[in-house]
Amino acid sequence: MRSADFGVNPGLPKLAREEVSLKLFYRMCLARYFDLGVVQASEQGRINIPVYLSLGQEAISAAMSMVIPEFQIFAQHRCHATYLTFGGDPAKLRDELLGLPTGCSGGRAGSNCLQSHEGSMTMFGHHGLIGENVPLGVGAAMGSNKPTVCFFGDGAAEEDYVFSAMAFAVTKQLPVLFVCEDNNLSILTPVKDRRSWDMTKVAAALGMPAVQFSDDPWMILHETERLSKQLPAFIDCFTCRANWHVGVGTDGPPEWDRFQLVKERLAKQGLTDQAEKIEREVQERMNKLWNA
Amino acid sequence: MERLTVADTIREITRNHLTEHNGLLMGQAVSAVGWVNNTVPDCPGIIELPMSDVAGAGIAVGSALVGRRTIFVIRFQDFLILNGSPLIFYAAKIKELHNRPAPIFVRAIAAEGIGPVHSGVLHSIFMHFPGFRVCAPMTPGEYRAIWKDYLEHDDPMIVSEHRISYGNTEEINDMYVPDPDITLYAISSTRFEVGKAARLLADDGIRCSIVHLYWLKPFVVDERLSHPLMRSRIGMVIDSGHEICGAAQAIAYALSEATGYRVAALGTEDKTKCLCEPHQNKAPDAQRIYLAVKQLMESDDLVL
Repeated sequence: MRSADFGVNPGLPKLAREEVSLKLFYRMCLARYFDLGVVQASEQGRINIPVYLSLGQEAISAAMSMVIPEFQIFAQHRCHATYLTFGGDPAKLRDELLGLPTGCSGGRAGSNCLQSHEGSMTMFGHHGLIGENVPLGVGAAMGSNKPTVCFFGDGAAEEDYVFSAMAFAVTKQLPVLFVCEDNNLSILTPVKDRRSWDMTKVAAALGMPAVQFSDDPWMILHETERLSKQLPAFIDCFTCRANWHVGVGTDGPPEWDRFQLVKERLAKQGLTDQAEKIEREVQERMNKLWNA
Repeated sequence: MERLTVADTIREITRNHLTEHNGLLMGQAVSAVGWVNNTVPDCPGIIELPMSDVAGAGIAVGSALVGRRTIFVIRFQDFLILNGSPLIFYAAKIKELHNRPAPIFVRAIAAEGIGPVHSGVLHSIFMHFPGFRVCAPMTPGEYRAIWKDYLEHDDPMIVSEHRISYGNTEEINDMYVPDPDITLYAISSTRFEVGKAARLLADDGIRCSIVHLYWLKPFVVDERLSHPLMRSRIGMVIDSGHEICGAAQAIAYALSEATGYRVAALGTEDKTKCLCEPHQNKAPDAQRIYLAVKQLMESDDLVL
């Protein structure tokens, strides 16, 4: 079932305005080139803490951040891309990973516990227990009556308290978007070895709109726009983690490379030059950031 | 004027918080069957949680995170084991990690003699983790004091309540005797027994000063606590929870370290609390306190 184009409407990129497609790509670049800097800094020994890279999974938050920028964010442990694409300061994230007091949590929390409460961004830090952020986000939505997005992985989706919290959100009709960033892996154990059931069917059975598709960013834009008006709702988004669960190593190529696929799509749209310019500029900016 | 019981005090504090200060109260089955021993008011702001303990606690912490100062009711302290994860791993850690508070007020209710998972007193466990304030108020005045403290701070607070206290209208004062032989420090439900034990001991010629403890963490050995011990040179801390690695032992150690005098600990035995007599393993009552003190006073190694 998992494939790069599962559930994707191939006609959506054509319908998107150029500036939207390019902004989307800019945000993907931001996350990608930041994390490539993390890889380098880790290999150089400058970063000495466990890191949870978003490489390969950038499209989900890049697209969502364009539709629901004002939502309260309860991210999962793999949250560099979420932090960056929703507007977190890259320098503060770098400093957090370097353990500096100028980090987004004063250098105390690290890679999997990022927060940002600056400007219009409200992102609460995860503490490392997978799925913990889902009941927290539901409670925060109830307490504040503000729309909220909870990101979690396919492993966290198996936590009993995730179901229960989603069910409570339905019962109370809370404005929460539940997003499963489904990379099919719990560390290295695939979904098929862990369960026989489908989270999307569970969410639908709880009584909320529930969809499943691959991480095509135009599809994510479209569905987030639609479902953000029908909360609570659930999106299971197939994606590919490029690196280890924790650390900068790899176990061979991922099932698909969304970043490359997006570039190819932009080329088809006649946006190669603009995309290359964006990529180059972000790359330079991140090189500067990491070499400062 | 009719005096308020502890239950009345809790209910009226809660009513004021919910109706005047945008507070919330969450818990399982809180608005039925006696409204949690008549401690929960019938007013807006009460959220019935599903019977999903971990999720429920997470939802309560999430609401505290966005400023609702949520009162979270746990009908039996043993359920803190299920509910503990979001409290311990999130509420208690977020201030230190992220400089953002989640001030949740956890009403954890202890009981006695109703079996292996409804009779526990678990405040010791929460004293162990950084980030909590932990207390065990047994009087109306103490309850008002800990509520004030909660509002003045932004830490999660574990309030180790005990059903036996709910009907209490009286304040319980320390008792000092001239030339004491021992100072007894009592916690939670044992505070209602320690006076009786002291009278039994007095009949045997053992003079006891009594110090009542309701602040368990942060625990500060101030003059009120140390002075009687400096006079008696022997102490005993008595708690309703398990003695082994529990509050009684921890506080006995702190008192001993601060004064240089021997302080023993007494709590429930290292056994499961069964439902039926004689295996209920209840909190130390007057007779057990009496026997423990007698045994201590007759031992050969009174001095450290």
